[in-house]
Amino acid sequence: MTAYLMSVHGPAEMEEFGNYGSREAMEESFAETGRFNDKLKADGYWVFAGGLQPASTATVVDGQGETPVVTDGPYLETKELIGGFWVIEAPDLDVALKLAAEASKACRGKVEVRPFDGLA
Amino acid sequence: MTQTGQAAVERVFREEYGRLIASLVRRFGDIDIAEEAASEALVTALEKWPESGVPPNPGGWLTTTAGNRAIDRLRREKLRDKKHQAAFMDHDDTPHTPTGPVEDDRLRLLFTCCHPALASEARVALTLRLLGGLTVPEIAQAFLVPETTMGQRITRAKKKIAAAKVPYRVPEAADLPERLGGVLTVLFLVFNEGYLASGDGDPVRAELTGEAIRLARILHQLLPDEPEVTGLLAMLVLTEARREARVRNGQLVPLGEQDRAGWDHAFIAEGHDLVRECLAINRPGRYQMLAAINAVHTDAPSAADTDWSQVVALYDQLTRLDASPIVALNRAVAVAELDGPSVGLALVDRLPLEGYHAWHATRADLLRRLGRTVEAKEAYDAAMTATQNSAEIAYLGRKRGELV
Repeated sequence: MTAYLMSVHGPAEMEEFGNYGSREAMEESFAETGRFNDKLKADGYWVFAGGLQPASTATVVDGQGETPVVTDGPYLETKELIGGFWVIEAPDLDVALKLAAEASKACRGKVEVRPFDGLA
Repeated sequence: MTQTGQAAVERVFREEYGRLIASLVRRFGDIDIAEEAASEALVTALEKWPESGVPPNPGGWLTTTAGNRAIDRLRREKLRDKKHQAAFMDHDDTPHTPTGPVEDDRLRLLFTCCHPALASEARVALTLRLLGGLTVPEIAQAFLVPETTMGQRITRAKKKIAAAKVPYRVPEAADLPERLGGVLTVLFLVFNEGYLASGDGDPVRAELTGEAIRLARILHQLLPDEPEVTGLLAMLVLTEARREARVRNGQLVPLGEQDRAGWDHAFIAEGHDLVRECLAINRPGRYQMLAAINAVHTDAPSAADTDWSQVVALYDQLTRLDASPIVALNRAVAVAELDGPSVGLALVDRLPLEGYHAWHATRADLLRRLGRTVEAKEAYDAAMTATQNSAEIAYLGRKRGELV
């Protein structure tokens, strides 16, 4: 089995109901994502998952020097940022891509699939 | 060692390369190990064959030798990795046969090389490298990119296959049509680059058209019931049949002016058989339509005998499957033959293809036939600017020069 990060990418600027348009649409997506998570657990792919606060809440720490330098904001200043993620274990990329397609549908966003070099 | 001896060994090696790599990848689960073992087997063959002669089953010899080399190497390095341990356990001495599971190995590897998770350029390069047995410098030269760029492209793709675990597997039936589409696109791109080379080097690269046909033949052998595979092979051989007649004295010769005695009639007969074979399955597709159109052209004893209404009817069918402006352009050319150049030109002018050399060349030809000389000259100039192919530029320049 290989571990994959499935990260969800969307606009950095959030509107009132995220990027969902309305409260109903948002709740519908949450419910669908919940069902997808249950399925991942039942089928044995689940490792870990979570949604993130908006990128404006991010802080970058550079601890490579003598004293750590702390900077407000996300590391990359881009229009599209990571909003949440899953960590799954799948036998190969084809399986991971199928799951990512379901994940993308459920959370209404594009999903990047990237293999882990290993899990600690 | 004599030059001929070495050349003979290298030719056999190249012919066997795809099979060899595919079976090694299946056995060891790793492209790098497979490639390294294969090249070590080549070194051994270059030492032994010129003296002992090429063995009766060179493919089997190479597979056994390369397999032993890979095992030696894994032992030497004492890799503890589970994957490599598993490869040890998997050690089998299945004799090398030209059919059966070995063929499936190549099909598996072809689907890996053409995986949608890889960049399109990488798919083409990897297919030529691993299944075609072309070297990195050869592929770099064919696509006119520096060797280091091509080397990196291939290395990156191989790393992604290993790290992201792109499977060595023929997709399940449900995914096959879509994934097969990707494989056919790669073969079509390889052929096209050979048939109308985009760079300023040779106008035609027979090694690429030949390689695309060879791979399409393998695919057709492996999936005889997929009509689009048959259709692609038919289209490729019918196009290849005209290759020699298509360039004369460094100039492109358009279909209508080609010496039909110079066509390869064995290819044409094969292509016609293949077209009948795929259309009989009655699951029409893009490549089958293109093949059928080529069959109509190659069926006519002279350009004047071409059944243009049949060609237009086939383009109408193709348009329903693929409504791209390029298809519309080719359809307009056929309409011009049937209903006259002004009808054709009206269709062509509507298409958003200002950056495409063939659009300008088609306009130039239709304007010329309508006697609109000034506009025709402008269109020839635009066409010459939009292409790099030397034979095409030579042809367009001559046609422009003939206008008074």
